[in-house]
Amino acid sequence: MAVTTQDSKIMRHEGYVRGTQVDALPAPVALTGVIGWMRASLFAGPLNTILTILTILLLIWIVPPILDFLFIHAVWSGADREACLPTAEHPEVGACWAFVRDRFSYFIYGSYPIPERWRVDIFFAMLAIGIFWLLWLEAPRRDLGALYFFVVVPIVAYILLTGSPLIGLRNVDTSLWGGVLVTIVVSWVGIVFSLPIGILLALGRRSNMPAVKLFSVIFIEFVRGVPLITVLFMASVMLPLFVPDAYSPDKLLRALIGIAMFASAYMAEVVRAGLQAIPKGQYEGAMAVGLGYWQMMYLIILPQALKITIPNIVNTYIGLFKDTTLVVIVGIFDFLRTVEVSRIDPKWAAPTTSATGYVFAAIFYFIFCYAMSRYAKNVEARLGKADRR
Amino acid sequence: MSIAQESGPPKVALIYDPKIRSIAYQVILCAIILFLAWSAVRNAADNLARAKIASGFGFWNQTAGFDISQTLIEYSAQGGTYGRAFWVGLLNTLLVAAIGIVLATIVGFLVGIARLSRNWLIGRLASGYVELIRNVPLLLQLLFWYNAVLKALPDLRDSWSVFGNVYLNNRGFFAPYPIFGEGIGLVVGAFVVGVVGAIAFRIWARKRQERTGQQAPIGLVALGLIVGLPILAFFVAGMPATLEYPEKGRFNIRGGMEILPEFVALLIGLVLYTGAFIAEVVRAGIMAVSKGQTEAAGALGLRTGQTLKLVVIPQAMRVIIPPLTNQYLNLTKNSSLAVFVGYPDLVQIFTGTVLNQTGQAVEVVMITMAVYLTISLVTSMAMNWYNARIALVER
Amino acid sequence: MSQAAEAVSAPPSALAVEIIGMHKWYGEFHVLRDINLAVERRERIVICGPSGSGKSTMIRCINRLEEHQQGRIVVDGTELTGDLKKIDEVRREVGMVFQHFNLFPHLTIMENCTLAPIWVRKMPKKEAEDVAMHFLTKVKIPEQAHKYPGQLSGGQQQRVAIARALCMRPKIMLFDEPTSALDPEMVKEVLDTMVQLADDGMTMLVVTHEMGFARQVANRVIFMDAGQIVEMNEPNEFFLHPKHERTKLFLSQILH
Repeated sequence: MAVTTQDSKIMRHEGYVRGTQVDALPAPVALTGVIGWMRASLFAGPLNTILTILTILLLIWIVPPILDFLFIHAVWSGADREACLPTAEHPEVGACWAFVRDRFSYFIYGSYPIPERWRVDIFFAMLAIGIFWLLWLEAPRRDLGALYFFVVVPIVAYILLTGSPLIGLRNVDTSLWGGVLVTIVVSWVGIVFSLPIGILLALGRRSNMPAVKLFSVIFIEFVRGVPLITVLFMASVMLPLFVPDAYSPDKLLRALIGIAMFASAYMAEVVRAGLQAIPKGQYEGAMAVGLGYWQMMYLIILPQALKITIPNIVNTYIGLFKDTTLVVIVGIFDFLRTVEVSRIDPKWAAPTTSATGYVFAAIFYFIFCYAMSRYAKNVEARLGKADRR
Repeated sequence: MSIAQESGPPKVALIYDPKIRSIAYQVILCAIILFLAWSAVRNAADNLARAKIASGFGFWNQTAGFDISQTLIEYSAQGGTYGRAFWVGLLNTLLVAAIGIVLATIVGFLVGIARLSRNWLIGRLASGYVELIRNVPLLLQLLFWYNAVLKALPDLRDSWSVFGNVYLNNRGFFAPYPIFGEGIGLVVGAFVVGVVGAIAFRIWARKRQERTGQQAPIGLVALGLIVGLPILAFFVAGMPATLEYPEKGRFNIRGGMEILPEFVALLIGLVLYTGAFIAEVVRAGIMAVSKGQTEAAGALGLRTGQTLKLVVIPQAMRVIIPPLTNQYLNLTKNSSLAVFVGYPDLVQIFTGTVLNQTGQAVEVVMITMAVYLTISLVTSMAMNWYNARIALVER
Repeated sequence: MSQAAEAVSAPPSALAVEIIGMHKWYGEFHVLRDINLAVERRERIVICGPSGSGKSTMIRCINRLEEHQQGRIVVDGTELTGDLKKIDEVRREVGMVFQHFNLFPHLTIMENCTLAPIWVRKMPKKEAEDVAMHFLTKVKIPEQAHKYPGQLSGGQQQRVAIARALCMRPKIMLFDEPTSALDPEMVKEVLDTMVQLADDGMTMLVVTHEMGFARQVANRVIFMDAGQIVEMNEPNEFFLHPKHERTKLFLSQILH
């Protein structure tokens, strides 16, 4: 490369002033754009190159058959298993979506009597409004929204779904409930109860009163140390023993109690982490102003603690939503159970029925859980921005 | 104008004294709890007596009368007691949990590191796996593996077979079972010698490095000793192992080693599910070590492998181990889902069959919970002790 | 022509660092433009400039913490390319002190200082510890040897970082804004350490805003802006008679 007198001055380190500015030059082609990105990311070094090739081969091996199963060779309509059996003209049969369409209302409502299903629809709509109201951070009067979601909807839903002859709503026994209805009811009851009870337990664990602290710790550690199935067993099998015969709780209620207890214990730990993150100065400031214990918690501490732990709270809710699948052990027909029961129905006995049912169930759960986790990340990012100066 | 006079602490009505209040609350709380407990016990006694269900733990020594498809210890329907069935179930739980933990850790670390890879394709693939698995309930995944995959394997007659004596069908996985002969003690002894030798070599190599600065390939030598010596001893002892081959008959396969599809389905489900969570834990741990640490180590002349071993991994482990132990506990508790695929673990045998047969719900559920509670508490205590020991020293 | 280049540059071993026609891009952004620099042994260079001018990036290219895409960098006679062995060689002879110290929190001060000598230079432990104590005494904190970084103040940590780099007996020391993250009362102790290092004859490249240090110790002061070396001169001339417009603007903002 030619060396100018300018350069030799630099080399000789005499006083130097740059005469002309160097304009920005475009980066070398091999280093930018798609090629550059591929070199840096996919083909950086021999190990990476091998892995990239293997991955591409893996994708070629997996993706086409999946698309084939889900869309290309799938059967979209039909009345019974005949539609989904391999025949001479269609030797390859993909997903049996006809099965899903046929059983769709069973998946949603379970055995809820067909003429009364409008009540379930109203319940879903009310719930959707409540969720939207609470989660949209810019919504007006969110305190009313909390009242609506945590108090109004439960009461109305209870009357609506179980029925009350007083206002002309036929009684519908909980053993008829099933499908998405049950999954939503169980998760939502869990969500509604686990947060307040979890807060109480967390406060109890941090309390200065030894008896309160002891009971809180025992409850939390006991429930967190055992599998959910055993808690449900306990609720299902032992609860009827502990109450006098006349008040024996129905199966759904037992499942709800078990799930609520379980979720509360986990929520308690999440809230406790949030409480620990609040600097001592906040507690001291509140006390210095003369606030009592409950006022301090309600006005100052809990709002901050809950805000910090929203991502973890939502994660606990996601876990709760997935855990509803275990209520089948108590004899309740949640959504997964309805799919499980339907797939062995002889009317739809075909080679791909089971797989189709599971894929459909997986899509349902994935959409809900993924949406919740996206929301949590969104809130986390927004709150993070507020803290950054 | 009056000067403040000597007086004792201000007289407060008893009801406003914080100490009295606190005691009052606690007494009320204890009273409520005791009342609830007492009435619960009384009702239970009434209801049980009415249903003519026994109480107490006498059932432990009663004959079980049911078969179990996988037993790690001696057990039979006629000779086994409920107590023995308990141990069979517990061992099955521990078996699937132990193997599951090992495999899930491997999967989790690989996927977690893959998510941090520079390679876009590998990174997205790992992320896709984690997102998919974490957002679908474990029970659904187990049912999928069991019903849609393993049960869809061919019948006994059309078993897939490899090398003529390994069979895979919807009744399980059948492989030759090694039967060890006389000289196997030598191989075991060689293994022990190998382990001891590896440890001794490590200590010697470390001391030598301190003295002279020379480094030795500790990993390779240890591997050679632990794996090579037993292999050598095996041949020296005249290969004292024969294989019992599975014989395929018309209706079943006799002999050999049988691995139940229930076990495989549960294991695959648990490993993939827990592995996804472990991947996140590992990723968070590695990301928690600031980039400056790697840069400083590099600036000092340390190579990548040395930087990982001496600087990054020790710091990452501090962040990884507490949530990692949590995931191990979750895997152990999740193994209770075995009841849904028919794998005879503790919950399936005890809270399932035994509870059904004896009707003694309280005792059975309490015992089962006590087992899991013990495992959880012991692990938590061990973890707390470990955490306190390795905590970074700060002002 | 290459022969002309060879005729102009001095015999390899006299120059500590040679940068010739160096360009660097971050993606599409041209971050370092036509950098030319020759640093002789025992020289002390101070590099200053507004943030985003590329000064940290430039010195990080010298020990290959950043890669350059065009041009040549020769450190102590070894040219920096993708060759890993060459990079290792260079990093052994070049020490670096970071703005945020980057001490290893899980090791004691002594272990921080002996880590690289033991594992890179293959020193026996006793010898490495003696070397470490020697340099810890030089930076005036020998009594902290068995504490952990978390137990020391910022100024003490930075001095340990300097000692840790010195334990490898580098020929060149790079400083990336060593006092920017320190509380004001601790800046002096670190600068004093650096002055003493300069007095002992170390080749130093220092990115800093501490102009008093520059006046006291530097052979040359370089002003960088927008990825280019805009002005370079010995300290008195630089501060009293800046020639380029941008240099004047920058100095007026810094010195008030």
